[in-house]
Amino acid sequence: MKTSSVIAGIAAPLPYSNLDTDQIMPKQFLRIIDKAGLDRGLLYDLRFDEAGRLRADFVLNQPAYAGASVLVAGPNFGCGSSREHAVWGLQQFGIRAVIAPSFGEIFFFNALNNGLLLVALPAPQVDALLQRVSNTASPQVRIDLLAGTVAAADGWAASFQLSARHRDMFAHGQDMVGASLQQLDEIARYEAAHWARHPWMRDVARRVRARLDTAG
Amino acid sequence: MPGMTLYDKLVASHEVARIDGEHVLLYVDLHIMNEYTSPQAFSGLAARGRRVLRPGQQMAVVDHVIPTHAVPAAARVIQEPASSRQARNLKRNCDEQGIALFDTTDPLQGIEHVVAPEHGMILPGMAVLCGDSHTTTYGALGALGFGIGTSEVEHILATQTLVYRVARNMRVRVDGRLPAGVSAKDLVIYVVHRLGAQGARGYAVEYCGQAIDVLSAEARMTLCNMTVEAGARAALIAPDDTTRRYVEAHAPHLAGADLELAHAHWRTLCSDTDAGFELEHAFDAASIAPFVTWGTSPDQALPVNGTVPDPEAEPDALARVALRKAIDYIGLAPGTPIAGVPIDRVFIGSCTNGRIEDLRVVAGLVRGRKVAPGVRAMVVPGSGAVRAQAEAEGIAAQLIEAGFEWRQPGCSMCLAMNDDVLRPGERCASTTNRNFEGRQGRGGRTHLMSPAMAAAAALAGRIVDARALEHAA
Repeated sequence: MKTSSVIAGIAAPLPYSNLDTDQIMPKQFLRIIDKAGLDRGLLYDLRFDEAGRLRADFVLNQPAYAGASVLVAGPNFGCGSSREHAVWGLQQFGIRAVIAPSFGEIFFFNALNNGLLLVALPAPQVDALLQRVSNTASPQVRIDLLAGTVAAADGWAASFQLSARHRDMFAHGQDMVGASLQQLDEIARYEAAHWARHPWMRDVARRVRARLDTAG
Repeated sequence: MPGMTLYDKLVASHEVARIDGEHVLLYVDLHIMNEYTSPQAFSGLAARGRRVLRPGQQMAVVDHVIPTHAVPAAARVIQEPASSRQARNLKRNCDEQGIALFDTTDPLQGIEHVVAPEHGMILPGMAVLCGDSHTTTYGALGALGFGIGTSEVEHILATQTLVYRVARNMRVRVDGRLPAGVSAKDLVIYVVHRLGAQGARGYAVEYCGQAIDVLSAEARMTLCNMTVEAGARAALIAPDDTTRRYVEAHAPHLAGADLELAHAHWRTLCSDTDAGFELEHAFDAASIAPFVTWGTSPDQALPVNGTVPDPEAEPDALARVALRKAIDYIGLAPGTPIAGVPIDRVFIGSCTNGRIEDLRVVAGLVRGRKVAPGVRAMVVPGSGAVRAQAEAEGIAAQLIEAGFEWRQPGCSMCLAMNDDVLRPGERCASTTNRNFEGRQGRGGRTHLMSPAMAAAAALAGRIVDARALEHAA
């Protein structure tokens, strides 16, 4: 999940509020046990009509936005369902960053864990950027992760902040599980104290299932 | 030192280590999985040769993809090949790792957020995580619950912990009493409407006030479940006698000295009087009417005597576009009274409203009446235990007599990942939690409401104020 520190490319405007993960990745694409084929499902009902034909009027189907690698969207992008398939689908489609005033909480962490960059800008700046990338003659943006800047083709620019932790995750990628496995001793010490205080919490699932099986 | 909120206490008591100013390594007492957000987590573990650290603190349920046809539990099969593969994959993963599973033919199978509390797996003071956004349900019992993604599922499987960004504190006080015929579902739709779809984003919301105190444990689950639709990271209610009675009735394994220890622990699970909340809201329960959504976001809601708003009256450009898009999808003209809107389908169920108390309300309303001609109405109990209870109480017979389909448990048409799906253009009165575009089926139109309101809609064939029916009963 290593990403470079600059993302430059075509940005597509999606000026919708509360674009939920059900719309980003509809239900029929979730019946998988791997991550394959999610590029086709991305924003399916917006990209395709009921008969499965491309909807020519949708922004991602317009020639000016072919190969878009950035989305500029309204507030609360990615709200709703926890499905990480939404992030996988965006990435498989070629999206490397989403710029919006705010993001759904679970989506935010899913993106982080996969190296999809989310840039939060104040709503007036997102509006200004939406206007610029809506100009099909110059829909390019350039995001500099280390400098914390977003620039449009006409020189308009805005700055954003990422926490040091998140910047490192994007710049270098990280095996999060591996990092936490380094703390197994601390986890075991925590558990010993936690279970001494609250013994009924230990192995709660196994014990309840055993009780139900016995009763059954 | 300033006082701590209930949320602060739950986080502090699960902090294995401080990572930085924002993040902690959070211990997970119970991790719940389903068939569609866990497969890639198990394969991620396997790819690196890792094992599940604490299998006894994991449980899994097949709920999202399972069909809900009214066949005996033992005869339930998933015909659709991809969904069947997901269920078999979950069973294999659970068998390999020694994880408790509620499989497709298990008479106790059901929706994860119904099954876990009804068997006493959710106890006050626990941290319970699941790859499903409606995990906020467990705050109803004073447990910290929230949804996570599949990468985080993998992290918990391997370490029984999560790298967690601590949320801010919000308190929502609801004073007074809900009027007769107004339920926790109406309350939560109202709260989501007032806060907005991202009004609680980044916050853990603690509910308090007289209206909350008198809610049953199951009603509190409805409230906390759907608080995520305001963007909340968690929803909490401090444990009280109602909580204790519920937990003791559902967790017979907690007894003796442990129970006494637990009682002492639970008494500490409340916000200190001098605790600080970054944001506070106060609402008057007495002013709340039955609430119904008119649009495609759960905050686009109005009282049953309200009318669909006019986008052109909205000053903000982005908000105006959103309203127009919602109006266009839902197919109702601005100014249309929501009461009187004809419906084609009724869906009663889900992790929000699929519990026995919900079904009792529905049965009480429909007794001696019939579903309106042309309306297809389904009742999908939240679990096998709920289904059995409803049958024992005669509820199922009353529903069937009234013309409802009485089905097997599952997520069903809440997200339509199975064969319970709206057809394009169909309009549904639904007790679920999301009215997103296409959620219940492409082109399907969802109106979220309470079980009583959905039952009344089934009988009338249109959205009506259920209180009129109650008075006529």
